[in-house]
Amino acid sequence: MTGEYRLAEGGRINRDRPVRFRFDGHEYEGFDGDTLASALLANGVHQVGTSIRYGRPRGIASAGPEEPNALVQIEEPFPEPMLTATTVALHDGLVASSLPGQGRLATDPDPARYDAINAHCDVLVVGAGPAGLAAALSAARSGARVIIADSDTEFGGSLLGSDEELDHAPAGRWIDRVTAELRATPEVTVLPRTTVFGCYDDNYLVAVEHRGEDTFTRQRTWHVRAREVVLATGSHERPLVFPGNDRPGTMLAGSARTYVHRYGVLPGHRAVAFTTNDSAYAAAVDLHDAGVEIAAVVDVRPVATTLWTARCVERGIQILTNCAVTGTSGTDRVSGAQISPVPSGDSAPTVASELDCDLLLVSGGWNPAVHLHSQARGTVRYSEEICALVPDRATRGVRTVGAAAGTFTTGECLRTGSEAGSAAARATGFDADPAEVPSSPSGPVTPPQPTWLLPGLSADSDHDQFVDLARDATVADVRKAVGAGMSSVEHIKRFTTIGTAHDQGKTSGLLSSGVIAELLGVEVAQVGATTFRPPYAPVAFAALAGRDRGDLYDPIRVTAMHDWHLAQQCPFENVGQWKRPWYYPRPGEDMDSAVLRECHAVRTGVGMQDVSTLGKIDVQGPDAAEFLDLVYTNKMSTLKVGRIRYGLMCHADGMVFDDGTVMRTDEHRYLISTTSGGAAGVLEWLEDWLQTEWPHLRVHLTSVTEHWATIALAGPRSRDVLARVTSDIDLAADAFPFMSWTDGTVAGRAARVCRISFSGELAFEINVPWWHGREVWDALYEAGSDLDITPYGTETMHVLRAEKGFPIVGQDTDGTVTPHDLGMSWAVSKKKDDFLGMRSFSRADTVRSDRKHLVGLLPPADSAVVPEGTQLVELSELPEPPVPMLGHITSSYRSAALDRPFALALVKSGRDRIGQTVYGHVGDRLVPVEITEPVFYDKEGNRRDG
Amino acid sequence: MPRTPGADLPDHPDWLWNSPEPKHSYDVVIVGGGGHGLATAYYLAVNHGITNMAVLESGWLAGGNMARNTTIIRSNYLWDESAGLYEHAMKLWEGLEDELDYPLLFSQRGVLNLAHSLQDVRDSKRRVGANRLNGIDAEWLDADQVAEICPILNTSEDLRYPVMGATWQPRAGIAKHDHVAWGFARALDRMGVDLVQNCQVTGFDRIGDRITGVRTTRGDIAAGKVALAAAGSTSVLTDELGLALPIQSHPLQALVSELLEPVHPTVVMSNAVHVYVSQAHKGELVLGAGIDAYNSYGQRGAFHTIERELTAAVELFPMFSRAHVLRTWAGVVDVTPDASAIMGLTPFENLYVNCGWGTGGFKATPGVGWCYAHTIAHDEPHPLNAPFNLDRFATGALVDEHGAAGVAH
Repeated sequence: MTGEYRLAEGGRINRDRPVRFRFDGHEYEGFDGDTLASALLANGVHQVGTSIRYGRPRGIASAGPEEPNALVQIEEPFPEPMLTATTVALHDGLVASSLPGQGRLATDPDPARYDAINAHCDVLVVGAGPAGLAAALSAARSGARVIIADSDTEFGGSLLGSDEELDHAPAGRWIDRVTAELRATPEVTVLPRTTVFGCYDDNYLVAVEHRGEDTFTRQRTWHVRAREVVLATGSHERPLVFPGNDRPGTMLAGSARTYVHRYGVLPGHRAVAFTTNDSAYAAAVDLHDAGVEIAAVVDVRPVATTLWTARCVERGIQILTNCAVTGTSGTDRVSGAQISPVPSGDSAPTVASELDCDLLLVSGGWNPAVHLHSQARGTVRYSEEICALVPDRATRGVRTVGAAAGTFTTGECLRTGSEAGSAAARATGFDADPAEVPSSPSGPVTPPQPTWLLPGLSADSDHDQFVDLARDATVADVRKAVGAGMSSVEHIKRFTTIGTAHDQGKTSGLLSSGVIAELLGVEVAQVGATTFRPPYAPVAFAALAGRDRGDLYDPIRVTAMHDWHLAQQCPFENVGQWKRPWYYPRPGEDMDSAVLRECHAVRTGVGMQDVSTLGKIDVQGPDAAEFLDLVYTNKMSTLKVGRIRYGLMCHADGMVFDDGTVMRTDEHRYLISTTSGGAAGVLEWLEDWLQTEWPHLRVHLTSVTEHWATIALAGPRSRDVLARVTSDIDLAADAFPFMSWTDGTVAGRAARVCRISFSGELAFEINVPWWHGREVWDALYEAGSDLDITPYGTETMHVLRAEKGFPIVGQDTDGTVTPHDLGMSWAVSKKKDDFLGMRSFSRADTVRSDRKHLVGLLPPADSAVVPEGTQLVELSELPEPPVPMLGHITSSYRSAALDRPFALALVKSGRDRIGQTVYGHVGDRLVPVEITEPVFYDKEGNRRDG
Repeated sequence: MPRTPGADLPDHPDWLWNSPEPKHSYDVVIVGGGGHGLATAYYLAVNHGITNMAVLESGWLAGGNMARNTTIIRSNYLWDESAGLYEHAMKLWEGLEDELDYPLLFSQRGVLNLAHSLQDVRDSKRRVGANRLNGIDAEWLDADQVAEICPILNTSEDLRYPVMGATWQPRAGIAKHDHVAWGFARALDRMGVDLVQNCQVTGFDRIGDRITGVRTTRGDIAAGKVALAAAGSTSVLTDELGLALPIQSHPLQALVSELLEPVHPTVVMSNAVHVYVSQAHKGELVLGAGIDAYNSYGQRGAFHTIERELTAAVELFPMFSRAHVLRTWAGVVDVTPDASAIMGLTPFENLYVNCGWGTGGFKATPGVGWCYAHTIAHDEPHPLNAPFNLDRFATGALVDEHGAAGVAH
């Protein structure tokens, strides 16, 4: 396909592979290697959308990620909101439409896969233009591990958009040769289509690789830890501010050049180039040579450089120095540019001529892409010489080279890149020399003339002078902000919204600083710029979520007996990361009836529960006893080997934060248990104290939760069941007393059996190595079958312990409850010198007698269960809010043993109110409840020995 | 030409504020020109008639956490003390646009606080009950009711941590943070209060335990009273006085997407599946992350926190999968041991402290201003901020909001 706008030959597109696509309902054809933008231009489409605030027609303004205008919504094959047409690689079946400022999220689920990879390297090179390639080559040849990443589909950077020669041959040959060498070097990772978008502390950089729609993984996030970083991120050309500078057909000069050389596309037929610097001359010359008529080069500088003047004269290109474009005409595309001499002083410019054109090239200079340098906490300064921000002080291990450092000639980019690459490799210990670089004919670049606002224009034109095309923000907006008293660039950005669009101000950022400086009458350096924040370019949420979705969102932890539970089709409760059986319904049973049955079985026969999820920490070392005395409220050093003690842990504020049993297994060794959800937090807490406050203690902590499978066997018949599967443990109450443990054999497997009970019934806890868990579970289930052994879940466990008044930390406590509040003063040692939380027990607020206490509650026997969380009030009728609250219900169930509902609650002065009636606020009703002792069942503890 | 909905925000007034040179002396100097400092100055002027006053800001006005928060406003806190203060703030929010005559884009679109576990459900119902008895609008919604309010939320049971319900505060919502600050600033400027930017306080002048002024990068300024409103920097300031404040500063990150057609009608917060998200007026999704664990004054955080946040976002809102992150940033949250603020008197005469707001600062702004102004004017805390005294860390009378705050900290 060639046409009016596609050159017959040239460019890096693959003319053998035409690609059909649709845009805004029209069918078009482009080539493999096109971007959506180049393909549209090749079809003569300039206007790509309308602007966000004023609905003005907008066209393609650039050829890269800095694009402020050409926003598109991808409809097919992979719907995506708000991409820039200049970065969308053309592919078959692409359907896209223009966007008036807001993208649209597809409602269909995203079917693609995303993943992440961690990588380490000696030298990370960001950007594969001349500087980046030279840097990578130097580093790679030394044997260093190198990663080179570039956003573009192919390497070459700015060289792809010019006809420059290196070593007297097209630059493409050098690019291909270097790329091939890099690919062939074993320690080098070559990543095209990979945008490094974040630079974090200690050279931790993050990139997203666009792997394509047809690959297994659509996008991949790279987490790279680099010893040294070379930033060769190039630069972005800056537009100019003048009336009517937003018409379609207005394009950055360098981008127009890219369209010609890289895509074989003519962005127009008759062009005016408006510039403050030399680079637009190169564009004008190249476009001329490609067949575009150049109406004039309009240069604000009083004198053009000799070299470019000569080249223009050769071609008959008119140069208008000391002139500016002060207006444009056209509707959906520029049709003419008004040219005025730059007025001196405040006199208004007079339009000297109007030149017809369908393309208006603009160049206000080049902004080094200092984003990553700045993210890495490098400082930037305003360079008067190039009229842009350049890196100033660099962070250790980060080097910025090439155009990103304000170096604009190819020869210098190559040389500094090569040197930076070898310096970076040397810094990591490799014997690297700068790779030889090809010769480049490009001459010196003369500095641009700082041009932010054209002098003398009337205030009326402010509304037509766009500073941020993406946000439709004009000089009038900036003037209004300044007029309102604002002087900080941060305020003005927020006031005008400049720099906040999809491009994060790549073309408008410094431009707005310049405009602000002019309006305030200060230097640009004084105004500065807003902070460069990650990401450098937009990244899809899904790419950052990676694989950690669905079941992989958080690890699912299951016990050795999980398959058995699954086979019972029991519902599970999420407890921390664990899946725990909630209850085991029999056919026809709902939760309430299942739980009543399970409770009844444990109180009258025998039940079994998988309690493997309780956290277990192995505490070893000569100072283990001393350590545990410090972290538990009660004394653990006096515990004898073979015995078990219940313990509470408090934070320094004296509030309970975990509980569990402590088993002494040796003189210098304990096994402590934690709540299922609290295990990791407890280990972290203990390590925190050991490592920061008590490093002198010789104690080592190991999480052993998953070493064990643990089965609770509970109920008056539990001893009978256990007796059938063990022969070497004397199960008699006096031989194997409550709160002791013994090693033995259970169902043929080595086991550690404990006499502990969370239900108040005779109970055994059988611990076996994880891999024997299922086998021993099956054996116990089988052994108890004639006794109707009943597996029970967390709900039944909760009911049974509540009947005994045993609190669950995190349910009956909330971080504001002391052991004394729980009625567990017996678990707080009065003999120890110190332990965590001790000091807080004597604080004014902790010794108050009207604190909330854990008490029991009895609603009327025939009433429903009062919901957990219900607030309690003193009065039987509600006054106007705020209503004083006494506390709340923490646990509430129906008891099978008592045949009535009951509850636990935290109630102000609760223990002094026993026997009183208070009211639960349920919906709009008040339900009377009687305050009782928290122990509802077997107060004397007669049942624990069976 | 079609106009994009939400593309146009209301215009700002023609004049906002002056940037005067500081005078040598004021009746009251407020250290910190963020939301709290400005609101406090405002209510000192309006409620207590004090206008010989300066607000000193080390950088640009309201450029700290006021410029970095996710703009959520709610008052559904568990404890009476917090509920009292935040609800007072909520009532002030409800009249603030008129009072300041400034478009604050205050939008009462409601907030859903999701419950993902049985314990979340218990805690949520407990909080709803407490809110209602405290006269704060609150409801418990089951998963189906949640889906009705926010249809794009994934309420299916196959989630790793399914949505088991949510608390719902209809009066909650969002406002445009900058506009709030600027509204206060403009009103202060009109009343003759000096807003002094780029003026960093470097120390205090004192006679014994009486504070008589501040030293700044723009000269010494005498003051009848000095009120600190400098968030995490407060402890740095009081260090010189030997006054240690129990606050730790952490980065708290947030991000925005590109502008999107409206899809998200309310505010959703989840502690367990950690993310909070709303869609701002222009159309961008605004997401808040979990707190970064380490201490830092750097207004930037670690990247894995962002990844974790987005994982949660696409888990709860599958539709967000294809949205793009445009910009990430961080504020610095100053967190106390009980996750509640410190506001009140100090051991030093004429020195007042307000800090430790953690993640709750923005939503409390007018309430803080009201109560702190009272505290400064009367040299005695307002009843609503009396519980938030500094002494509580000695007495143990904490207001422990760990469970009720937006993020776990």
